[in-house]
Amino acid sequence: MKKGNLMIWLAGVVIGLIAVGLVLFGNPVNMGFCTACFERDIAGALGFHRAAPVQYLRPEIIGILFGALAASLIAKEFKAEGGSSALTRFILGIFVMIGALVFLGCPLRMMIRLGGGDMNALVGLLGFVAGVVVGVQFLKKGFDLGQTQAQSKTNGLLLPGIMAALLLLLILRPVFNAEAGGPLFFSKEGPAAQHASVLLSLGAGLIVGYLAQKSRLCMAGGVRDVVLMKDWHLAKGSIAILLAVFLGNLIVGLLGIKGVNTPVINLGFASQPIAHSEYLWNFLGLGLVGLASALLGGCPLRQLVLSGAGNTDSALTVLGMIFGAAISHNFMLAASPAGVPIFAKYAVVIAIMLTALIGWTNLERS
Amino acid sequence: MPIEIDARGLSCPLPVMKAKEAIEKGTDDEIIVLVNSPTAKENVTRFAEWSGRLVESSAEGVNFRLNLKKGDTK
Repeated sequence: MKKGNLMIWLAGVVIGLIAVGLVLFGNPVNMGFCTACFERDIAGALGFHRAAPVQYLRPEIIGILFGALAASLIAKEFKAEGGSSALTRFILGIFVMIGALVFLGCPLRMMIRLGGGDMNALVGLLGFVAGVVVGVQFLKKGFDLGQTQAQSKTNGLLLPGIMAALLLLLILRPVFNAEAGGPLFFSKEGPAAQHASVLLSLGAGLIVGYLAQKSRLCMAGGVRDVVLMKDWHLAKGSIAILLAVFLGNLIVGLLGIKGVNTPVINLGFASQPIAHSEYLWNFLGLGLVGLASALLGGCPLRQLVLSGAGNTDSALTVLGMIFGAAISHNFMLAASPAGVPIFAKYAVVIAIMLTALIGWTNLERS
Repeated sequence: MPIEIDARGLSCPLPVMKAKEAIEKGTDDEIIVLVNSPTAKENVTRFAEWSGRLVESSAEGVNFRLNLKKGDTK
């Protein structure tokens, strides 16, 4: 097997198994890993939104960034660069998060939910593919956000620096305001109250970030390359994640392993963990994620990895996603297992139209 | 006359799309693609080889120069 091929399968399998393992050690069921949910939890931990069940400074995200930083430094691929329509990317990051929080998960969690038998994620996958297909049409017509420029090394290290500061806050847990709480807020119940230990989560993130950088794993890229040039290379990573999660859950069940939380395969639409069954909105939510990710050139996981490797445009996309999480929860745009609020429906439709407008207005004029 | 494509600083998947466009024009000429990221280098190489081109790559500072030559197979 070619080295590149081996790496993409390896990355997918390991990431899938880590997702299963993190559930056993405390992360929510079907949410061993989720970049959008965990960035949303970080927004909550910093008090950017005050949705009580989703506030925790998830070390997995910090780990991904440092894992990717390490991989890029070792391979001498770290390169500070940016300046390709930075504000547009920030806005697209907001839209990605709005869509992800309507579906309740990023494309990575979509594969993880599928591996747990959650058929709502299949509806989401159809929407995601549809979104990427529309995005590919823009790419074919010459969509281009412009070239990046080389920047000083400091630029590329800013987001890793911020993440290091957050990690320090998480470890030291200082209290600035004894009455109101802060600077960090932690859920007492709900998804964000369920988490593996800091060390384990951080280690898992490091491995995921390292492997994702080495393999260039990207859920949006997987679909895009198949649509655009029948190239299944990146898609193998997504398939590997799905298979590893499914088999991991299956083995946990067969061996009767009990963890803090226990992953199960529960095939169907009803009563799925941290999910709802509003088909149209699962489809459109991830449709928005697919479209915006195709225009951005990568899914939320890939944006984190590129930020770690020095890309400041991706760093701004990540910050846009964190900002978007605050918007989603503060403006009642986020879905919950109870369903999709009416404002979220307006927001998704408007965001799809605005993303298409961004696509349309950035076509290369030849 | 070799065809030269400057795809430096473009985000995914534009470098490979530009290379694909040139390859699919069916030219017998050599196609030279300049990229500045290892990911773009891998993507262009993978597609070019799949299309039956022989790829030679060389590093030029922070950039990569990919020479896509017409091979025997298609």
